[in-house]
Amino acid sequence: MKFVDEYRDADIAKNLSAEVQRLSEGRPLKLMEVCGGHTHTIYKYGIEDVLPSNVDLIHGPGCPVCVIPMGRLDDAHAIARQPDVIFTTYGDMMRVPGSQGSLLDAKAEGCDIRFVYSPLDAFKIAKNNPDKRVVFFAIGFETTAPSTALTLLRAKAEGIKNFSVFCNHVMILPSIKALLDSPDLRLDGFIGPGHVSTIIGCEPYRFIAEDYGKPVVVSGFEPLDVIQGVRMIVQQLADGRSEVENQYTRVVPWNGNAKALEIMGRTFALRPFFEWRGLGFITHSALKLSDEFADWDAELIYDVPGLRVADPKSCQCGEVLKGVIKPWECKVFGSACTPETPIGTCMVSSEGACAAYYNYGRFSLAAQRNALRQEQEAVA
Amino acid sequence: MNKFSYDPALRQLEKIDIVRRQPARLKDSQVTLSHGSGGKATHNLVEALFAANFSNPLLDSLDDGAIFPIEAGKLAMTTDSYVVNPLFFPGGDIGELAVNGTVNDLAMCGAKPLYLSVGFILEEGFPMDDLKRIVESMARAAEAAGVTIVTGDTKVVNKGKADKVFINTAGVGILRPNVNVAATNAQPGDKVIVSGAIGDHGITILAERGELELEADFKSDSAALNGLVAAMFDVTNEIRCLKDPTRGGVATSLNEIAKASNVTIAVKENTVPVRAETRGACEILGLDPLYIANEGKLLAIVPAEFADAVVTAMREHPHGKEACIIGEVWAEPQGLVFLQTEIGGNRVVDMLVGDPLPRIC
Repeated sequence: MKFVDEYRDADIAKNLSAEVQRLSEGRPLKLMEVCGGHTHTIYKYGIEDVLPSNVDLIHGPGCPVCVIPMGRLDDAHAIARQPDVIFTTYGDMMRVPGSQGSLLDAKAEGCDIRFVYSPLDAFKIAKNNPDKRVVFFAIGFETTAPSTALTLLRAKAEGIKNFSVFCNHVMILPSIKALLDSPDLRLDGFIGPGHVSTIIGCEPYRFIAEDYGKPVVVSGFEPLDVIQGVRMIVQQLADGRSEVENQYTRVVPWNGNAKALEIMGRTFALRPFFEWRGLGFITHSALKLSDEFADWDAELIYDVPGLRVADPKSCQCGEVLKGVIKPWECKVFGSACTPETPIGTCMVSSEGACAAYYNYGRFSLAAQRNALRQEQEAVA
Repeated sequence: MNKFSYDPALRQLEKIDIVRRQPARLKDSQVTLSHGSGGKATHNLVEALFAANFSNPLLDSLDDGAIFPIEAGKLAMTTDSYVVNPLFFPGGDIGELAVNGTVNDLAMCGAKPLYLSVGFILEEGFPMDDLKRIVESMARAAEAAGVTIVTGDTKVVNKGKADKVFINTAGVGILRPNVNVAATNAQPGDKVIVSGAIGDHGITILAERGELELEADFKSDSAALNGLVAAMFDVTNEIRCLKDPTRGGVATSLNEIAKASNVTIAVKENTVPVRAETRGACEILGLDPLYIANEGKLLAIVPAEFADAVVTAMREHPHGKEACIIGEVWAEPQGLVFLQTEIGGNRVVDMLVGDPLPRIC
């Protein structure tokens, strides 16, 4: 298929990998892919099998579903249970457990919860059901925030008042900074998020390269994009450089999307702080609706508990999100916590490191176990 | 001249008798609760629609059940319910699915499908023309598959208590002699065969719902596979496993076999046939064709020495033109399906979690 197959060529992948091997000279390297989309690609295509074994990919906090704390889900439940409310959400959020169960459970109890592919779908539901109150559960980084912003502008222009937004948009840069300041993590470079960068551009990552001395390469989501991104980081390290580079030039403009940033600036305002699942409170890391759009702000319209709910004790999503442990090193991975019955958010979304690893990645572990067994048998 | 013919009351009775002796006619434009009451309206519906279309000696007496002789040997029996939304879609409809699905389940047991039962649950207010269309489609599908519908049942529920129409079919078939088809039979070294391009049915239903505004020529692959299976058994009785990968797709069916047989199934991604339209839709929606439902495809596990001959025979059959080998069975690690990806990596292909496409069959 055109525009797909050229980014999945096995021979090119092999050549790129050989270059990574040559440039890195076998030194162990820890590179973080910030974005959950990359995590998904890495596992879906088995990229770890293609890259040389000295390159260790660490999965970062850029999975929008994964970073939503339990308290916000309980707030979502509280809104969904109000009379005459149709609560709309992206499909992934349906299965995330809150302290009262998931939205799927709430739906089974009789709440009108519908999954949508975009906020505009939710807006359409509002227009078609004037006697109902439609709430959109807005989540995501700068990638999805502009479509929420656009929908809010439409709602205001058309005077549609039975639509509101429960805003949980978060921003990527404060979370990367929090990671860089965290003492328990040593990284050699970053695969920068491709989709977020179509909005914010590449310039904002400069502090990572300049203040923290780590190379950043904004990369696309096809397998060869990721492998080439890794190659570009390794090249920088070999050259002793730390810069921001753009591998994904076919999509990401260096200065981002000015129009999208402008409408975000009008519809949203910075929250002083926001709780990230597993990472705790991070200052200036999330968006709420601006005063101009107070009439569409579900947090102002509905009574939400707004409580902080501690994660289940056994859940190590925080350490997984920070890349401190690998998914399978979590105590409950694959036993108490599986995609069917997730305890933590990382096991829910297909972009979550645990779900990606559980669904796609177990073969290498099974193969390792077999190799070990055979070795033991040979010794015996 | 009849001596009563001048008595107006008796003449009236005679007229009523004549009308009552006429074949049942269905005049209603929609299904009402009285069609499920067991009374005259039910009788009319059964005679004028169901019996008229499905007509065969076992059904026509309209007894409480069908009585038929069987040859010596083993019977296979299966049942399935159909709740697909929308009812009509490019390449098929709920009626055709209800026949083909049950025929295919019997064929996948290694049986020759013979007789089906059909149960309708109708929502009050369902248009009679749509019901006719469904019944006619079932009759055509049964004829094409060489099976007869020998008994049935109709219920009508209040508006809102069911979604338009639900259909259950059960079927019996005679097991072919000297075959042993079961999910537990896969052995290391065997080859995995698929009968054609995967994912068409699920994507068609998704596109047809109109929620995604996808525009392309999708068409469900709905088909009865008993003929194809017969052509495969003509090559060899040594077919170890047969599955029709409906809900959950190829990934789920292969997992069932890998777990039941305690083997690994290794699939090569670039050998799995997927139509360009289906692949494109999957790329856009973030779906994996391996998990998308099929209604006219089968998977077979066959010993390596027969694999090429079976594929050749399948390709000569209209429903197996694109048959090919997509993988093989390994001994270890047990119970896993994995995919050798196009770029040269590996990944596990697990069973479907959740429900990406509700009510596809």
